[in-house]
Amino acid sequence: MATDIKMPQLGESVVEGTIAKWLKQPGDRVEKYEPICEVSTDKVNAEVPSTFDGVMVEIIAQEGETVEVGQLICRIETEGEGAVESKSAAASAGSVAPAAQETPKAKADTAGDNSNKHRYSPAVLRLSQEHGIDLTQLQGTGKGGRITRKDVLKAIEQGGTQPAVATAAQVPVPEAPVAPATPAAAPAREAVTASTTPAAPAKTGVVLENGDREIPVTGVRKTIAQRMVQSKHEAPHAWTMMEVDVTGLVALRNRLKHEFKQREGVNLTFMPFFIKAVVDSLKEFPQLNSVWDGDRIILKKDINISIAVATDDALYVPVIHNADEKSILGLTKAVNQLAEKTRAGKLELKDMQGGTFTVNNTGSFGSVLSAPIINAPQAAILSFESIVKRPVVFGDNMFAVRDMMNICMSLDHRILDGLMAGRFLKRVKERLEAYGPDSQI
Amino acid sequence: MPVISYIDAVTQALMEEMKRDPRVFVLGEDVGVRGGVFRATAGLIEEFGADRVLDTPLTESAIAGVSIGAAAYGLRPVAEMQFADFIMPAVNQIISEAAKIRYRSNGDWQCPLVIRAPYGGGVHGALYHSQSVEKIFTGVPGLKIVMPSTPYDVKGLLKAAIRDEDPVLFFEHKRCYRLIKGEVPVEDYTVPIGKADVKREGTDVTVISYGLTLHFALQAAEQLAQEGISVHVLDLRTLVPLDKEAILEAVAKTGKVLIVHEDNKTGGFGGEVASIIAEEAFFELDAPIKRLCGPDVPAMPYSPPLEKEFMLNPDKIATAIRELAEF
Repeated sequence: MATDIKMPQLGESVVEGTIAKWLKQPGDRVEKYEPICEVSTDKVNAEVPSTFDGVMVEIIAQEGETVEVGQLICRIETEGEGAVESKSAAASAGSVAPAAQETPKAKADTAGDNSNKHRYSPAVLRLSQEHGIDLTQLQGTGKGGRITRKDVLKAIEQGGTQPAVATAAQVPVPEAPVAPATPAAAPAREAVTASTTPAAPAKTGVVLENGDREIPVTGVRKTIAQRMVQSKHEAPHAWTMMEVDVTGLVALRNRLKHEFKQREGVNLTFMPFFIKAVVDSLKEFPQLNSVWDGDRIILKKDINISIAVATDDALYVPVIHNADEKSILGLTKAVNQLAEKTRAGKLELKDMQGGTFTVNNTGSFGSVLSAPIINAPQAAILSFESIVKRPVVFGDNMFAVRDMMNICMSLDHRILDGLMAGRFLKRVKERLEAYGPDSQI
Repeated sequence: MPVISYIDAVTQALMEEMKRDPRVFVLGEDVGVRGGVFRATAGLIEEFGADRVLDTPLTESAIAGVSIGAAAYGLRPVAEMQFADFIMPAVNQIISEAAKIRYRSNGDWQCPLVIRAPYGGGVHGALYHSQSVEKIFTGVPGLKIVMPSTPYDVKGLLKAAIRDEDPVLFFEHKRCYRLIKGEVPVEDYTVPIGKADVKREGTDVTVISYGLTLHFALQAAEQLAQEGISVHVLDLRTLVPLDKEAILEAVAKTGKVLIVHEDNKTGGFGGEVASIIAEEAFFELDAPIKRLCGPDVPAMPYSPPLEKEFMLNPDKIATAIRELAEF
């Protein structure tokens, strides 16, 4: 008997997954616990294991298809039903396959690689010119996304391509993740302007010119885009910044870093100090450690800090779970481990889930001011900017050269108002300023 | 229609043409008493006697020379080169004389001569019994070159060659002799020289071939149909004169062309076909023209694994077609 395999729940907040790759084809034997396909969810790839021994009979969800949790993805012939039956099932599946096979194979090719999308053969150019086919509107089924003669003939048969919709150009381009600063006092102004549906893929009708390169938006990039637009669209971002004098912290780190490195084998950075200051302040202000859930606000008990880790082409926010239970050393190791996993592409689903507040070390690339986008549904995101030496008025009307740092926070104005946010930020500031050259860690 | 083998089609054509026209006679090494080393001329000496079925000395230049003289005299010689590999001593006669008689005599003289020669490998014949020699002659105007792949075409084309007023080189793939069988009508018919034949209709990739590799291509096409790839197969049948129209038509079917032959790639006839396509069907092309041919090595290896490596087969062709289909 064939048993239905459904899209499993791969994480608490995961509602759907995209079939990235089938590891078993119809007719293949499947062992219990053996992976049958790869599924990519929001930001992580996971393998779906088989729950019993059997033979793959039929693939329902094709590669590239996004499927809701609990929806049928394939059928497996289970053991013990008699070998003959399963054989014939496999055989019949095999005979069904050829008809359907060509398209998915081509799809799988085009899904990732579009290197030949604009390499047109003489036949394709001639046919497109003779029939007025706009090649940029076609999806190529050839190698590297190449538009084949057959693709053009099919388009001709279907009555040609539609001219690009004129209104498409009016759809605003989603803002970049780091947007110009807005004063903290101005509530919710930005959110009002975002009136169009954010997630819909909107083409601006830009015409490719010679030498232009086109990068298809897929996978992580697509998720980032959707998340950013969704957050900016739904959460009214307010923004505030404070200056922190970290002269003492800088001196402390300078004193400890060599010994720390020798003893622990890892570099002592500022990041764990930042996280610790945030965590301790979150304990004082639980409203900051909360999530928006439609008609209610949920104050989270656990303090799980999401940290922004960038790779060359994507941004991940892995999570340090129960960050309040960790020392400076523990946080150092947690940060290092997550950063390594991210760069190696080895993040697991659990590393990505459950964050309650996000910390962003924008200073690491020299930024002195940023307006981060909230990692929805969290209440706020805090970025730590570059530490720079500046002349400041110090003590009793003196000028002094001090190590100064800006800390910038975006907050969801539905959850928080400026006062609470300001108090929280002030406590973070005080904690960082409290470090001196002789502090114990 | 009776099903007969490729070599039976040769014998039947000779038998029937000799009955039809008393000027037709055969000559070659062991074609008489022995009936030919492949038995292509079996039964002829019994039927027509030693005057029309001549066992010659082992001198290919003489076989060709005598044939040219007889043809000039008004007879219809059908000469056999025991193996195409042995045609080399006769090349001077064929190229310098047979090919040029009509031209140099301003049409006063002609040379209605057929030279049959078994060619090709896959029979464990090693270097002197496996060569494909067509490329030596395809660039020589004045010769017709026929290379059939099926019994029907063999019989029809051999009859047409014997009735033709000009010298025809008739190359028979020796691996096909007893491997390939097919339906052949009992009644008299000919297949016109210079006409290619679509052996399979398809829409994804066009394969152009002739001889043994044509059968491999058909097998590959059958296999690929299971994978959803539709292959169009054109059998050239005649290399000279070439059926350009059929080639261009076959190219236009799919826009993707694979040319397959056993003769080696460099200088092989596939290069000529590819050039014609590039010149005359450029705007039909959807992929680079591909050639799959024998390797550029001096001769067929004797070692069985190496011979297998040298020879094309359905799998090699299927792989090449698949690549084109996916392009």
